[in-house]
Amino acid sequence: MTGYRLASGGLINREKSVSFSFDNKIYSGFEGDTLASALLANGVSLMGRGFKYHRPRGPLTAGSAEPNALVGVGHGARREPNVRATTLEISTGLVTTSQNCWPSLRFDIGAMNQTVSPFLVAGFYYKTFMWPKSFWEKVYEPIIRAAAGLGTASHEADPDRYEKAYAHCEVLVIGAGPSGLMAALTAARAGARVIIVDEGARPGGSLLFEDDDINGVSAHDWTDGIIAELDKNDNVRIFTRTTVFGRFDGNMFGALERVQKHLTEPDQDRPVERTWRIFTKKAVLASGAEERPLVFGDNDRPGIMQASAVRHYVKRYGVSPGKCCVVFTNNSSGYRTAKCLVDYGVKVAAVIDSRSNPPEEDAGGVKVITGAVISKVKGSKTVSGILVTREGDLENIDCDFIAMSGGWNPNVHLACQLGTKPVWDETIAAFVAPETGSDFLSVGAVAGRFSLTECLKDGAEAGAKASKACGHKPKPIEHFETSSDNLFSIEPLWNIEQSTGKAFIDFQNDVTSKDVPLAAREGYRDVELTKRYTTLGMATDQGKLSNINGLAILAGATGRSIAQVGTTTFRPFYTPVSFGALAGANRGQHFRPVRKTPVHNWAQEQGAVFVENGLWLRAQWFPQQGDESWFTAMKREVKNTRENVGVCDVSTLGKIDLQGPDAAEFMNRLYCNGFKLLQVGKARYGLMLREDGIVFDDGTASRLAEDHYFITTTTANAGPVMTHMEFCHQALWPEFDVQFSSVSDQWAQLAVAGPNARKTLQKLIAEDLSNEAFPFMGAQTVTVAGSIKGRLFRISFSGELAYELAVPADYGDSVVRAIMAAGKEFGILPYGLEALSTMRIEKGHVAGGELNGTTTAYDLGLGKMMSTKKDYIGRALAAREAFHRDGRWNVVGLLPVDKTQKIHSGAHILNIETKPSMKNDQGYVTAVAFSPMVGQWIGLALINDGTNRRGDEVEVWDALRDSYVRAKICDPVFYDKEHVKLHA
Amino acid sequence: MRINCPYCGPRPNEEFNVLGDATKTRPDADKATAQDWLDYVYERDNPKGRLEEYWHHASGCRNWLVVKRNTVTHEVYSVVAARDYKKTHPEGVKK
Repeated sequence: MTGYRLASGGLINREKSVSFSFDNKIYSGFEGDTLASALLANGVSLMGRGFKYHRPRGPLTAGSAEPNALVGVGHGARREPNVRATTLEISTGLVTTSQNCWPSLRFDIGAMNQTVSPFLVAGFYYKTFMWPKSFWEKVYEPIIRAAAGLGTASHEADPDRYEKAYAHCEVLVIGAGPSGLMAALTAARAGARVIIVDEGARPGGSLLFEDDDINGVSAHDWTDGIIAELDKNDNVRIFTRTTVFGRFDGNMFGALERVQKHLTEPDQDRPVERTWRIFTKKAVLASGAEERPLVFGDNDRPGIMQASAVRHYVKRYGVSPGKCCVVFTNNSSGYRTAKCLVDYGVKVAAVIDSRSNPPEEDAGGVKVITGAVISKVKGSKTVSGILVTREGDLENIDCDFIAMSGGWNPNVHLACQLGTKPVWDETIAAFVAPETGSDFLSVGAVAGRFSLTECLKDGAEAGAKASKACGHKPKPIEHFETSSDNLFSIEPLWNIEQSTGKAFIDFQNDVTSKDVPLAAREGYRDVELTKRYTTLGMATDQGKLSNINGLAILAGATGRSIAQVGTTTFRPFYTPVSFGALAGANRGQHFRPVRKTPVHNWAQEQGAVFVENGLWLRAQWFPQQGDESWFTAMKREVKNTRENVGVCDVSTLGKIDLQGPDAAEFMNRLYCNGFKLLQVGKARYGLMLREDGIVFDDGTASRLAEDHYFITTTTANAGPVMTHMEFCHQALWPEFDVQFSSVSDQWAQLAVAGPNARKTLQKLIAEDLSNEAFPFMGAQTVTVAGSIKGRLFRISFSGELAYELAVPADYGDSVVRAIMAAGKEFGILPYGLEALSTMRIEKGHVAGGELNGTTTAYDLGLGKMMSTKKDYIGRALAAREAFHRDGRWNVVGLLPVDKTQKIHSGAHILNIETKPSMKNDQGYVTAVAFSPMVGQWIGLALINDGTNRRGDEVEVWDALRDSYVRAKICDPVFYDKEHVKLHA
Repeated sequence: MRINCPYCGPRPNEEFNVLGDATKTRPDADKATAQDWLDYVYERDNPKGRLEEYWHHASGCRNWLVVKRNTVTHEVYSVVAARDYKKTHPEGVKK
């Protein structure tokens, strides 16, 4: 509780105070603060609890790699877990809570896990929850699930909006630190279209917390000048609060823009987050580097943080994390922090440098102890002092915070996400970004160049190179002078054996320096196995801080070099991305489009109950009283259609208009049966096969002129048939002179079926509809209701005297009303999908259940349709021997012996007195219906050699309901077997 | 990944569907043996490196394309309309 706000400094607006709450207590900060900086300024350093041992934790970083200070934000439906306090901007009314602690953050019962920590070692789950097997689901899994995770999400629907967007540019610059800004500026000055992206609320990167001079100007002024110039340039877009999370093929990048995440009350008309896909010719990666922690005992105490994070809090936020600091380092970074603190009037007790003979560095006059390490940290929820070990001598030093630096890890993720491995650089003891071709350039710290002058030059060169490659003429690169040109030096320090207490490698997943060697001893020596066994680097920070320390320790434990051990695979996402942002607008009712037929409104007026059928909404049945069940409605609709007349919306059928001199020949190739000799004015049932000989789709096609066919497909296959026809025409037979187009949405199509169908339609249609003038399978253009040009087909799915009338979609509504009016005197009623389906089963017509991608024309009883006189898709392989052997499952009817019994779709067929097994399986039920005409449940089934077994009795075994129903195999046509009615 | 459709220009890959090997030619119905059909319908190489595939610009101009690309680097070498590819490879591609 020792952090405080410095009297001056920081990029915060001290004029504007912001009040917010953390764990129900109100605090005040300034505009420009993050939650972490504002809490530190209020003396709060305890911000979270560790994942496994529930140890007290404070912020370790000041940025997006934060593993410790994770909080819950907001309340109700807007509550979001695991938000990094170090990047969360405060705004008035912000509500935040600590996580993973009970009953409170300061007193957490879960911390008792520390006392059993010898059992919570690497591979703990695998070792402990093995036995007995039956315990897994009932005992172990619920306990693990309850203990796992950090925060809790809201269980309410997200009230906010998200969207997806595309952006295109010539040069994409990732990171707006010194290298990135120079790259963007140079490319922009050359005239290139530039996008520069930075995850922070404000561009500048390290320049926001290092105050070196550049060409005689302070870093802040220099940065402001460049931002102003970029801002004015119309060719440049600056994205702040935006993280490039992934690199994909073809120089495409995914980015998450947090449009309004920093606001407590977002504007409802704008998205809170936006996912970008950015396409660029050239990309410049300037993602900088993340400082490595040092691995010593109790290095997770609140008050211990990255040396650079200390500078960040002091210079950017005007906050000192404590009153007296000890710096622990193995490289130059620690000295910068010591000097910075001294400059701002914060006491530094000592710089402890693990190197015996470090190069001369400016520590701001602070005592430097070389060749020494921290062997003990005093204090439990805070730091009260340390014990330093130097060549066996011990020294006590009082302090209340520690700045540590173990070196720097370049943020190589995006350079490596497409599979290229990073390169080990011994001089800086780090993996640097690999070369991955001229479309992607890594500059500055990510390429291992740490000095400010190098970064600026590097960025400018990359900007020039990238813009030049896009055809622009960059100006010569200017010369940079900076006030900070000391060279970076480091001696690796991976593990401090002299220190006591748990030494954490992965702070978020609580992996310690003991877990990795243990994993190696147990055989998990490969870095990918070590990762999974210990969970090292598997938390939401994806090992940004921990991985290099972990694999260095693995290298030590297995006698290999770090380069030999290598890194784990880099994959998107660089930082966590919400599901909302990935879904964008595609959720709830907008998840996918809804298709409504041209007569939807009419059906709705009739009180139709709709069912989803693919994207379509189709009328399922028409209740006469509001709550009538589908069953009684279906029976009425079937009976009325079979006895009087019914009308059904069949507009969802796929419709394709085919024209051209070669239309007939093309039809002949598509269908297994002939279409070349079909007379003009006639329709024909057609069957399409796949090239492997299996049935693809069925439907009717009509010849409207010598060179003009109108094809219908099943509803489900409307798209696939069109795609198939396009393939056949373009890839197989481009020589055919045909054109075709989907007209599914252009025509409303209505089936009018029943003994009174002709009488009903004749009232509306000018042309003679008598059986002689317009017989079964007639197809012709007609005039409807005096003026509407329609197409009439005498085809029947119901088995009745029936017609399908197609009219231009816009006339669908008026024509269905006209049909209803005309049919009123004949007892017309609409019928829905249930009645349609029942009638097709009564007639044994095959549909989706039978055309299921496993059946041949023979299996469906349609073998005779296959022409022997022409080439067509599927002909050769339909003739293969296996399709003609005995034992094929073919379509038959099924009738329960006991008329009161019901059978279910999907039930399997067994011979009587055999047990269910793969071997005994005789087939399955593909469709069932209660037939009002037969007076009992009937079914269609695919049964082993079924056609030859008509009359046999079998068992219908329903595994879901564990029931057996005795049924008789029969002809699939249950009603009007001689098909008298449809020819009437 | 973007595919440079000869009709629409570079478009994002979610506008396309892929079918597979474009080097196979449908056998001549009069002369082909069962082996020819087996090869055409079922046999597919899974090469590491160059591949020629049919892609359908399903959410675009609805043209079938032949895309030459690299299965390792995902680099796209060329994109031509299937009807033009057929003209230049009437007998398919011999390997």
